[in-house]
Amino acid sequence: MSEQKIVDYEFKPGFKGMAHDTGSDQTMFKGVHWGKAMMWIFLLSDTFVFSCFLISYMKGRASTPIEWPNPSEVFALEAFGVPVPLLLIALMTFVLITSSGTMALAVKYGYEKNRKMCGWLVLATAVGGLIFVGMQAYEWSKLIHEGVRPWENPFGAPQFGSFFFMITGFHGTHVSIGVIFLFIYAYKVFAGHYENGGKRGWFTTMRGDYVEIEILGLYWHFVDLVWVFIFAFFYLW
Amino acid sequence: MDETKKKEEQGSTHKIGIYLWIWGLLFVLSFFSYLVDWYQFQGLLRWSLILFFMFLKAGLIMAFFMHLFWERYALVNVLLWPMTAIVCFVVLMVAEGKYTLFTRLFYFFVGGGQ
Repeated sequence: MSEQKIVDYEFKPGFKGMAHDTGSDQTMFKGVHWGKAMMWIFLLSDTFVFSCFLISYMKGRASTPIEWPNPSEVFALEAFGVPVPLLLIALMTFVLITSSGTMALAVKYGYEKNRKMCGWLVLATAVGGLIFVGMQAYEWSKLIHEGVRPWENPFGAPQFGSFFFMITGFHGTHVSIGVIFLFIYAYKVFAGHYENGGKRGWFTTMRGDYVEIEILGLYWHFVDLVWVFIFAFFYLW
Repeated sequence: MDETKKKEEQGSTHKIGIYLWIWGLLFVLSFFSYLVDWYQFQGLLRWSLILFFMFLKAGLIMAFFMHLFWERYALVNVLLWPMTAIVCFVVLMVAEGKYTLFTRLFYFFVGGGQ
């Protein structure tokens, strides 16, 4: 297939540039790697999925006449004999933001063709994600031991459990998938799949490029982004 | 050939300072939103503070970590305008939730009427 010629590629800022791009009778996202555009569109659809979960949680919580469990007591953790509210959740937030930062730096070093730094930072991100999933597993088992079920719990409105397991479980699934891909891509970076014009991928004949790290980064930042909303609406509200 | 060369250069790198700044800001904002719970603010103050810190964090992550600030408007607008549909959905479900609560309380206390 011949390479499609893209003319008028220059970046024009603002809505004028947007009108220019969309009205050019050519590819719309000029200069944006197709994988990046597709990842963004996937993330948009994922945003709708998470929004539906959070909105149903809002509706469920707003419409129950029974008192909602107080999250700062339910998620409190004993530290040195004193119950600290939301201690584990705060740690999880800390770990996830840390891993988001290392990912952002990995993308930067990737584009600078700094293979070692990029690889180590992707690996650090993967480890951060793994710690997060571990803490979430601990949180889940603690609550299950305390008798929280999707249909009942000892703290208040019975809907609490179903929303909790559904929302954090779906988010945890995203983190777990992210961790798997982070380990794979850490390997790919260290193995030099993006060096010297790029190695051909496993499922494709296209050559690897550090833009793949940015695409992976988009996914990982999205996971962090969703956690920001879950933290605000589920744990703090 | 000229075009493919431009394509390769698309991954513009930014100074490390901007990432470290955003990173630090995210920690600070998370700490503040944790303090909202620590000091047990209640009512409107609690909700507004939670939402304020949440949107600030989300905005920083999307703008700088996900590079939307530097992205072309054609892409940015395709991503952000659909969010208005979510806002509409939220508004609808707030009204629906209030109505469900009202009918539940009404029939629990007043009864179905025979």
